[in-house]
Amino acid sequence: MSVDSLFTQPGLYGVTGALAIGIGVYGLIVRPHLVRKIIAVNMVGSGVFLLFGAVADRAAPGPGGDPVPHAMIITGIVVALSATALAATLTLRLSRETGRTALPPEPEDPAVQDKES
Amino acid sequence: MPGVVWGPDVGSGLLALAVVLPVAGALLILPLGRHAERVPHLLFMAGLVLATAIAYHVWIGGVLTAAIGGWPAPLGIVLRADGLSAVMLLTTALVLVPVGIFAAGEFQPRTADGRESRAGLLFWPLMMGVWAGLNGTFLSNDLFNIYVALELLTLAAVPLVTLEGKAGTLAAALRYLLFALLGSLLYMLGAALLYGTHGTLDLTLLADRVRDDASALIAAALMTAGLLAKTAMFPLHLWLPPAHGGAPAAASAILSALVVKASFYLVVRLWFDLFPSLLDDTGATVLGLFGAAAILSGSVLALRQARLKLLVAYSTLAQLGYLFLMFPLAGGGTEAQPWTAGAWSGGIFHAVSHAFAKASLFLGAGILVQGIGHDRIADLRGAARSLPMVIAAFGLSGLSLMGLPPSGGFIAKWLLLTTAMASGRWGWAVVMFAGGLLAATYVFRVLNRAMATPEQPLRLVQPVHQSRQLAVLFLALVSVLLGLVPAIPFELLQIGGGLSTVEGFR
Amino acid sequence: MTGMLPLLILSTSLVPAVVIFFLPEAATRVRAAVNLIGALAKLPLVGLILDGVAAGEQYELRYTLVPGLDFLLRIDALSLLFLSLSAFLWLLTTLYALAYLRDGANQSRFFGFFSLCVAATTGIAMSGSLITFFLFYELLTLSTWPLVAHRGDARSIASGSHYLAYTLAGSTALLLGIVWLEGQVGPVEFAAQTGIAGADPNTLRWIFLLMVGGLGVKAALFPLHSWLPAAMVAPAPVSALLHAVAVVKAGAFGIVRVVYDVFGIGLVTDLGLGVPLAAVASFTIIYGSLRALNQSDIKRRLAYSTVSQVSYIILGTGLAGPTAMIGGLVHLIHQGLMKVTLFFCAGALAETLHIYRIQEVDGCGRRMPVTMLAFSICAVGMIGLPPVAGFVSKWYLGTGAIEAGQIWVLFVLAGSSVLNALYFLPILYRTWFRPATGTWREPLTPLPAAKVWGLVSPAVATAVASLASGLLAAAQPFSPLGWATLIVTRDYGP
Repeated sequence: MSVDSLFTQPGLYGVTGALAIGIGVYGLIVRPHLVRKIIAVNMVGSGVFLLFGAVADRAAPGPGGDPVPHAMIITGIVVALSATALAATLTLRLSRETGRTALPPEPEDPAVQDKES
Repeated sequence: MPGVVWGPDVGSGLLALAVVLPVAGALLILPLGRHAERVPHLLFMAGLVLATAIAYHVWIGGVLTAAIGGWPAPLGIVLRADGLSAVMLLTTALVLVPVGIFAAGEFQPRTADGRESRAGLLFWPLMMGVWAGLNGTFLSNDLFNIYVALELLTLAAVPLVTLEGKAGTLAAALRYLLFALLGSLLYMLGAALLYGTHGTLDLTLLADRVRDDASALIAAALMTAGLLAKTAMFPLHLWLPPAHGGAPAAASAILSALVVKASFYLVVRLWFDLFPSLLDDTGATVLGLFGAAAILSGSVLALRQARLKLLVAYSTLAQLGYLFLMFPLAGGGTEAQPWTAGAWSGGIFHAVSHAFAKASLFLGAGILVQGIGHDRIADLRGAARSLPMVIAAFGLSGLSLMGLPPSGGFIAKWLLLTTAMASGRWGWAVVMFAGGLLAATYVFRVLNRAMATPEQPLRLVQPVHQSRQLAVLFLALVSVLLGLVPAIPFELLQIGGGLSTVEGFR
Repeated sequence: MTGMLPLLILSTSLVPAVVIFFLPEAATRVRAAVNLIGALAKLPLVGLILDGVAAGEQYELRYTLVPGLDFLLRIDALSLLFLSLSAFLWLLTTLYALAYLRDGANQSRFFGFFSLCVAATTGIAMSGSLITFFLFYELLTLSTWPLVAHRGDARSIASGSHYLAYTLAGSTALLLGIVWLEGQVGPVEFAAQTGIAGADPNTLRWIFLLMVGGLGVKAALFPLHSWLPAAMVAPAPVSALLHAVAVVKAGAFGIVRVVYDVFGIGLVTDLGLGVPLAAVASFTIIYGSLRALNQSDIKRRLAYSTVSQVSYIILGTGLAGPTAMIGGLVHLIHQGLMKVTLFFCAGALAETLHIYRIQEVDGCGRRMPVTMLAFSICAVGMIGLPPVAGFVSKWYLGTGAIEAGQIWVLFVLAGSSVLNALYFLPILYRTWFRPATGTWREPLTPLPAAKVWGLVSPAVATAVASLASGLLAAAQPFSPLGWATLIVTRDYGP
């Protein structure tokens, strides 16, 4: 794979997708705020869809191309939308009930769990 | 030869119906609202009949496939049921019926004063969603279809955790959701890579085309990582105990018994059916080490819990670990001893018997909460006297966790152990023995308390309906029965298993 | 029919167990009836099979669980030795337990697990393969636990945990040994394997150690015995079950099976394992007796006595000569009969006069003459004096030791007899020759006659049986000695 191939349309899609996935995973792990985490998951999702699109083009190049990945990306977006809605609702409820917008620390110590519940 | 029993159309119709039935159920229950009291039970019973019919069909006629709408792969969606799918379907149906009976006491669409209750209304459609997701996962023969089924499963399972609306469960549910979403996306990324290389998502077609190369390995690794997060496998496991321990008992039972098994099932499908040649010693050993770490850490954490539901939840972590021991062990003993029946069957057996045992344990914990008002292990004195059926069920399910006879758990452990020892892989056997002893310690820690005579006789704060206790006992008895008549599920498992069940395939 | 008979025998204990679990607590009569019907039905069936096996018939039932894992019941002469003991004692222990626990709590649970224990013992006796043996052995472990912890007070729960910690660790070792062995040579059936001798000798030694170590927990071999004295907090019928009918016997029986039918005497001797086993057993014999000496609690003294006496069986097995084998096997029966009598009597003393310690028995021979006569007969038998059964066992063990060229065993036997005398004779002396000093408490209301009968008559029956098996030892082949001789000459003869 030469450097030139990165600057074709599918190549750009692929690189952007990979970047989005990287940024998303980073944000998901590092950022404590739940809204950021939700956005991060969506970043990963978009990255995967972009990559899928790029891959599809490579399998069957040309305008129109292979319709199967397109159908799947659309399904994936719908699923991601519902998941985001669910996550947002839960976050809202959490902040209303407890005033927190971040998850409590990892439940490593079971004693912590007992106090909470 | 498919379709010997009722002709090919009926066979395919059964598979489609297994997915359609729960979806239709969800759509039916939502508008019916408080008039839907009996509908879920009827559907669960119908589901059991359906799963039995599919299993019978597979038993008689072998692998069953159905191309939806008459479109064959790769264009159309193909459903496929082999012995493994049939066993998982049947397990799901057999767990759902008693859980439904149990939940009826808790989630009435109509409260005593005739009003609609939110949790009671939501619970049943969500259960249907979980069921649809499970059946979809077990029957799909297409990577993308599986993705959709997995997401349906997640989106229905997460709200179940928060059904009681307690603040602690919100955080648990969110953590669960984030893990599950990341897992799905990793899985999809792997699927995308495979599609890019091979131009199909159909499992049967892919299995023929996949070669032992780097792209396949990356795809497999990504999908496995995603599925491990969903299965709560070590080291991606910490979301599980608060979620499963905090959910209402009926929901915990489904989550621990079945939902985590769906993603485990996929890991098995991937490595044994799709990438059998990729499963080299290193990969298998890594998966096995995750399993071993899960067994030991989960058991030790379970020992330290003060509340029964959390103990049971941590025990799930440990028990899931056994499942992953089948990767390093599968087929391994067969060069040394041709009579070993194989770790693959052992792993699946463990998944099935754990499903029944764990469902019984969570429901039993739920009854204790209802009957004596709490599930603090230290204050369980006298429970064996007041709720004998529940404690008996706890003991019987405990057999499966400890891997002691007579139980399905013992058969599973036996299959795994003989393979390990016959091939001279001591380490895995030692882990299993240690896990069994640790499980005995936490099971008897609870039983000891329950057997002790209290200073004052224990009074039930709320009567527990007989049917709920019987549901708990029924599940425990099934897990025991699996140890007494294992031959039928064992043979069913072997049907259409291809390479994975053939002895010594590596 | 030859396959059905073992199944029928098993179900005479298993079915009552299951039925009793579901009986309401108040259904005292139904519970007793179900229990006794099972126990009574078992005896003729065992008799039938005894007759058949004596005539050389085969009884076998095979059922494949999964490939490589067969459930196999197969009855040979050795099975019957254990089977007839447990069937006979089950009936008497049930009668005793019904009287002992008349007004106690949690009776359905108790009698359910009691019958389950006996079912497990029956299965152990009839197992035809190692793994079948293990299935029932584990069932026995688990079904005994609720009995040990039955009272539910802190001590009972603690001794229940003690019991479990030991026995579950033991079963783990046993299972490891079984899986290891079967990993080497395939499924192991009793008295049918050929391939085992070809395996690596050192591996075989480790496997032997794991198996005998695992079984030695239940057989209370030193240093794995401490759960047994701790478990004496359980009700007296449970002690009878632990010490005579089921648990320690299952361990000893398992060791006999492993030596005779898994490894075979020849291989055990070739591997140099027989004499060490006999040495451990001898040490346990002396150690148990020494510890028994300084116990003041009657049941604890009896418990340490069991530690010592059960090792006679293992000693006979380890010595491996035919005469010593007969002595060990026959002691399986004799020890059971004598020890169950002693525990019946100890329980009767506790229930009637609240006597728990040795200092309290002064003069109770005149108050409870029948009970104490039974006690005395069996104490004398334990010491090894003729004409009680214990003498026969010791005689054969001693002769066998000479035959095997292990003269040191004679000193062990003699030493143990002296120690037995030292810890039993003071009890007898106090009972019969000391005046009553008011150390016991008469019950405020006299015990109901039915209860007294229920406590005393089983003890009398077993005492008579111990005496009879000593006096009529020569009656072939259905005296314990006759049967043990048949086992050794027919199945394990040179």
